[in-house]
Amino acid sequence: MKTLPVGDCVWEIPPSEKPGMLVPARIYASEALLARMDEGVFEQVTNVACLPGIVRAALCMPDGHWGYGFPIGGVAAFRADTGVISPGGIGFDINCGMRVLRTSLTEAEVRPKLAELVDALFAAVPSGVGSKGLVRLSGDEFDEVMREGARWCVRRGYGWPEDLDATEGGGCLPGADPDQVSQRAVTRGRDQLGTLGSGNHYLEIQVVPPGGIHDPRVAKVFGIEQPGQILIMLHCGSRGFGHQIGTDYLRRFDQVMHGYGIVVRDRELACAPFSSPEGRAYFGAMLAAANSAFANRQLITHRVREVMGRVFGRDPRDLGLGVIYDVCHNTAKLERHAVDGEPLELVVHRKGATRAFGPGAPDVPAAYREVGQPVIIGGSMETGSALLVGTAHAMTETFGSTAHGAGRTMSRAKAKRLVWGETLIKQMGERGIVVRAASKSGVAEEAGFAYKDLGEVVDVVDRLDISRRVVSLTPIGNIKG
Amino acid sequence: MGRHEFLESVAVADCAVEIEGDDLDDLFATAARALAEVMVDPATVPATVERSLELTAPSLDLLLYDWLSELIYVKDSEQLVFPGVEVHVTDGSPSRLTARLAGGPIDRATTALRADAKAVTFHQFALEPRERGWRARVVIDI
Repeated sequence: MKTLPVGDCVWEIPPSEKPGMLVPARIYASEALLARMDEGVFEQVTNVACLPGIVRAALCMPDGHWGYGFPIGGVAAFRADTGVISPGGIGFDINCGMRVLRTSLTEAEVRPKLAELVDALFAAVPSGVGSKGLVRLSGDEFDEVMREGARWCVRRGYGWPEDLDATEGGGCLPGADPDQVSQRAVTRGRDQLGTLGSGNHYLEIQVVPPGGIHDPRVAKVFGIEQPGQILIMLHCGSRGFGHQIGTDYLRRFDQVMHGYGIVVRDRELACAPFSSPEGRAYFGAMLAAANSAFANRQLITHRVREVMGRVFGRDPRDLGLGVIYDVCHNTAKLERHAVDGEPLELVVHRKGATRAFGPGAPDVPAAYREVGQPVIIGGSMETGSALLVGTAHAMTETFGSTAHGAGRTMSRAKAKRLVWGETLIKQMGERGIVVRAASKSGVAEEAGFAYKDLGEVVDVVDRLDISRRVVSLTPIGNIKG
Repeated sequence: MGRHEFLESVAVADCAVEIEGDDLDDLFATAARALAEVMVDPATVPATVERSLELTAPSLDLLLYDWLSELIYVKDSEQLVFPGVEVHVTDGSPSRLTARLAGGPIDRATTALRADAKAVTFHQFALEPRERGWRARVVIDI
C-alpha cells in the first residue's frame, strides 16, 4: 500500500489505494516506527477511511498497532448529521483510561515499605479473571452510577470533590441512558465496580527519575516538583459492563446496518448512522459505560488512599494524594472542530488514543486551562510511563488527540513463549520493581520486549506538537490482574 | 477430535485462535475449550458445576459468536468457567445449539488465572466448511 511522506513524521495513504476510501488515511510515526507497524494497521486505518460521514482523514497515532475494527491508536471524526458511530471504533472496554495521583512522598520514604505497600494494594484492589468489586449495588443505585459516574462515588464518600475537577468531563458524561442498556450488561458488570481487570491493566507506584522533569513549569502546575517524587498510576476501564454493551450493540449493528445501505470492509466496523434510533441508543448506552469506568477508577482511588493512609500512618490528604488527571482513551464524544474552516459537530472516535486538548479548550479544568490538558501515556510494566500536555496544534491536526501508550509489537502467545511470568517477576525485583499479579502468565504477556519503546512514541508526538513531554515516570511497584 | 491454535501474527494485543472440528458439534466444543484455556488453566478448575444451555441464532456463525459470548458472560456474572462441554448444533432457520457444561467457580486460591476475556470480536471472524469438517477463526478481545 502506497504510504507517502507528507510532513515530518506524517504519512498518508491516498484514497486511490483502496476502493471506497472517502478520505486519506494519515499515520503519525517516525520512519523507524512506521517500518515496525504491523500490516493490520494499514488495512485497518484504510478501512476506517471508507466509513460514511468521515471527515478530513482516518488517523493513526505513533503507538498504532493491529487491533480489531479500528487500529489501536485510531482516531476518526464523523459528521454528527450524516456520519456513523461504530463500537469497533471505541473498543469493548468503553472508557478504558488512565488516572494518575500525585503524592508528597519521595522514593526514599516509600522504598522501606514498598513490598508492604504493594501487598496491601494487591489485597485491597481486586484484579484478574473472575474478581468481584468493592461495593454491592442495587439496580437503582447502579442506574445512578450510569448517570453520574465518578460524581456518584464522591456523593457516597468514595472520593474528594476536587477529584471531579481533575477528571475528563468532570467524571460524568451527560446523555448516558440506562434505558438503552441490557439487563445482561447490568448483571455482568454491577458487582465489578472497583476492579482492575487483567491484560495490560495495572495499578503502579511510580517515581520521577533523575532528569525526568522535561518541562518544570507545566510539571509544577501538575503538582510535580522534583525527581524522586512518588506518583500512583492506574489503567482500567468499564469492565464487564462496558464489554457487554459493546457486544450487544456490535451484534445489533451487524444486523441493522445493511438496512441503512452501509457496507463495511471489516465486520467489526459494524455501525449505524449516529442520528438513527440504533446509533442514538448505542451512544446513550456507551456513555453509561463511560460513566461506570470513571466510577471504577474513582473507587480504586478511594482504596489506594485508604491503603496508603494505613501503610504510612498518615491522613491521605497529608500524603498529598490528589488526582492530577483522569483521561479516557476508548470513547466516542460529540465535539466541535473546524473542518475546512467550518465548525462542525463531530462524533470523534478515539480507540487507544488520548484526548489532548490545548490551552483554553473546552473541558480543560480551570487549574490547567493556561497550560493545556494533562495527557497520560502508559508504557509497559517494565519501562515506565509519561505525562504530557495537550496543545493548540492537536486541536487542528488530530481533533485534539494523541497517543495512549507504547503500542504492542508482539503477540501475547509469543511473549509467553519467550519468558516465564515467575522469571520476569524475579528479574524485575532485581531491578527494584516489586510485582504482585493475579496471573503469572499475564505478567509474561506484558513483558517490556512486547512493546515499542515509549520514548520513541513520545518523541514523535512531541515533535509533531500534538502533545508535549512534561515528565517521565519509572515504575517501582506494580499490581496486575 | 477438534484442535485449536493461537495465532501469533494476528491482532497482537488480543488473542486470535484458529479452530478445527470434525463436525459442527466438535468445532463448537473445541472453541469453548480454547476460550476456557485463554481465561484459566482448565486443569485447575474441578468439574463441580453442571448445567444445560440452549441458544438459537439466525445463522451458524452468529450462533458461534453468541455461544462464546455466553461463556464470557457467565465468567463475569457468576464467576464460572466451563472447560468441559458437550455440544449439539443444528444448522437451520434459526440455527440451534444445545450444550451440557461442566466446570466450576473461579477460586482465586486454587485456579491458575490467565487473561480476562472481554468479548468476541467480528474481526476476521469466520466459520466455514472444509473438505472434511469445519474451521473457524475467532479474535478474542483481551
